[in-house]
Amino acid sequence: MFEQVNGTLSRRQRRQLIRLARWALTLVLVFYALFPAAWVFSASLDPRNSLAQQALIPPNASLENYRQLFANPVQPFGRWMLNSIKVSTITSALAVLISALAAYAFSRFRFAGRRSLLLTILLIQVFPNFLAIVAIFLLLQQIGMYIPSLGLGTHGGLILAYLGGALGINTWLMKGFFDAVPRDLDESARIDGANDRQIFVHIIFPLVRPILAVVGILTFIGTYSDYVLASIILKDRDTMTLAVGLYQLISGQFTQKWGVFAAGATIGAIPIVLVYLVLQDYIIGGLTRGAVKG
Amino acid sequence: MIRVGTGQGTQRLSTSLSLSEVLFRLLALALVDAVAIWLVIRMVADGVWLLVTLVTVITLGLNVIFLREEFYPLRWMSPGLALMILMVVYPLVFTVYTAFTNYSDGHLLTKPQAIKRITTGLQNMYVPEGGITYRWVAFQAEDGTLALWLTDPEGNHYFARPGEPLQPARAGEGIFGPPDEAGVPTAIEGYTRLNRIQAAANRELPSIQFGLPPNAVQVRTPTEAAVLRPRFVYDPERDAIVDQKEGKLYVADDSTGFFVSAEGETLTPGYIVTVGWRNFDRLLNSPAIRGPVIRVFVWTVVFAAASVVTTFALGLFIALLYNDPTVRGRKLIRSLLIVPYAIPAFISILVWRGMMNPQFGVLNRALDTWLGFSPPWFSDPMWARLGVILVNLWLGFPYMMLVCSGALQAIPDDIYEAAEIDGAGAWKKFRLITLPLLLVSVGPLLISSFAFNFNNFNVIYLFNQGNPPMRGTPTPVGHTDILVTYVYRLAFASGGGKDYGYAAAITIIIFLIVAAITLFNFRYTRMWEEVSEHV
Repeated sequence: MFEQVNGTLSRRQRRQLIRLARWALTLVLVFYALFPAAWVFSASLDPRNSLAQQALIPPNASLENYRQLFANPVQPFGRWMLNSIKVSTITSALAVLISALAAYAFSRFRFAGRRSLLLTILLIQVFPNFLAIVAIFLLLQQIGMYIPSLGLGTHGGLILAYLGGALGINTWLMKGFFDAVPRDLDESARIDGANDRQIFVHIIFPLVRPILAVVGILTFIGTYSDYVLASIILKDRDTMTLAVGLYQLISGQFTQKWGVFAAGATIGAIPIVLVYLVLQDYIIGGLTRGAVKG
Repeated sequence: MIRVGTGQGTQRLSTSLSLSEVLFRLLALALVDAVAIWLVIRMVADGVWLLVTLVTVITLGLNVIFLREEFYPLRWMSPGLALMILMVVYPLVFTVYTAFTNYSDGHLLTKPQAIKRITTGLQNMYVPEGGITYRWVAFQAEDGTLALWLTDPEGNHYFARPGEPLQPARAGEGIFGPPDEAGVPTAIEGYTRLNRIQAAANRELPSIQFGLPPNAVQVRTPTEAAVLRPRFVYDPERDAIVDQKEGKLYVADDSTGFFVSAEGETLTPGYIVTVGWRNFDRLLNSPAIRGPVIRVFVWTVVFAAASVVTTFALGLFIALLYNDPTVRGRKLIRSLLIVPYAIPAFISILVWRGMMNPQFGVLNRALDTWLGFSPPWFSDPMWARLGVILVNLWLGFPYMMLVCSGALQAIPDDIYEAAEIDGAGAWKKFRLITLPLLLVSVGPLLISSFAFNFNNFNVIYLFNQGNPPMRGTPTPVGHTDILVTYVYRLAFASGGGKDYGYAAAITIIIFLIVAAITLFNFRYTRMWEEVSEHV
């Protein structure tokens, strides 16, 4: 390595300068990243419930906004939260199952048209199906005439719409992971008389749990964060998911309902943020391979 | 144990199945078929043909897949494929079809539905010239059937029941109780007299024909009943609707989806017809529409590109800042910096909207104090555009940071060492080594990010609904609208002006663009080859 002397600064001085600059920048960046979260949390504790008067450290901090959030039947926040959790949990569990079955077939069987089928699925899923919302709307309306629990305005219908996208980039991600499980394992199980179902359940499934968890969590977060489909399919106040409900709560009333909204935003965000922070190493691997958060 | 299928070399479609598993499979399939048949029978009765087709196609597909051994692998994908066909492929096909129709406000029904709407219902009934109008009082029998007591302008009374000729009657005779001051019996044997409110509350009453058709009497207003004739009658031979009152003929025009008279008057509602390339033609050639669409398109590209460039620049900068393994607390800093990415976007967008409120938002108050200027994020087109890009930067930079720090670690150190020996400075090393190598590995993710932002509905809609509005456009459109939010406006615009056909045409264009980007990306990443080569 060369000893590079820059002006009058020695190498050591330069290093210290860089370190100092880095710490200063770190402070700025962390402030930038966290300020909105801190600000909204502070607003949630400010009983004046006003956008205009809010200060970062609220005087007379209290849980009044949280109490109001749950007390007012016009905005059944607890209900919205439960709806969101219910819809997202069912969607992600079913999506993982559906996707894992397909990934197993793509990974373990050789059949004509395998490659084109996988590519077709990937390409079709590029179509954002909320753009075909009129078709989905009419379809759910008609399905609802025969199977009411899957109709318009129901959680079943919404889950059905989400599950249309169960196959897609997730199947691709999983297939890559399945491929890494040595086929010798299947072979030896097969010799012992296991069939495909048993191999899938008892051998592959336990080994691929990490990728299933990643896909499950990403699907959960994506569903939890969806606004468009939910806003069109769910119209009833009591069936709304959090995204639709919070938007309705705040729209046009920023100045009057800021504190209550902030309390809702805080409660709505905390579970997802915690999941992210706890499982970040897990999730990041999946994210950087091409799954995009919704 | 019986062996089904064959194990030829590495082709492993062979499955060993016990008899009970085969039976279970057949039973399950029979159950699915039974449910499907039950649904199809009911749907056929209702004439819901699209749904009939969908259910039939999916069920037949399942049967083929589960009965033919050569489709064994597809069994594993059947739930996913069925859902994809139902909720993605069918909507896609429907959208393509819609793009070639005039499906819009005023053309929401099929032709038979529109004919039915025009030629039936009470609003279609009229009192023919010389027809008699009666005053009426309703009576209800114990079994719920209704009857009317009618009084004509000359003071004659009739008792009218559905399906029987009008019966001249007088209060106080036979089953009819004594008259009130209007000559109406206060009671009729076997019947209860309904007062005005009870009669008005009865939904069936206006649709019941009292007496024998064609001279049956119908209730027209809360006080009046008359022998009514349908005003509009469909004539299948001429494919036209005849106005009995005015004597006019409205002929079906299947190129515009209207029944049109000789004078050019149209009947509402119109109906859905295919219009060929007209929606696309309008999109490309109508000056009033083309102008806004081009502006929306350009902004969509600018927004997506600016989002990728800004998030990538900031993300890369941060990744470089902490790339040095000697930096302490890297893990903690990373955890703190991914918080914007971890918060569900719909929440943080709304929070930013509050913080950027021009009068009260904390950001604007701060800018006002320091710079003496409060940017009009929601009312000025340029500031609004800058606003969404800034919000999207905050939402997206952590993703780029993660991607870049992964890619940076993959660049071998000896390249830098060699460059240093050649005397390259920090900037030169970055420009000539880091950036090109990085772009190769994260390039595909940048392209996906572009495609994602191209359709980033949430950030545009939740921040400002695409506003501020452009002036003088035929349908509402805003300065920050991207193509997807523009489509959403067209399909769900409040206050009329919904144009599904036109929205579908734009949807197809969006799909083609995004599909092209994705295909390019597949090529670029060699996903194509990977699919065929990998195990």
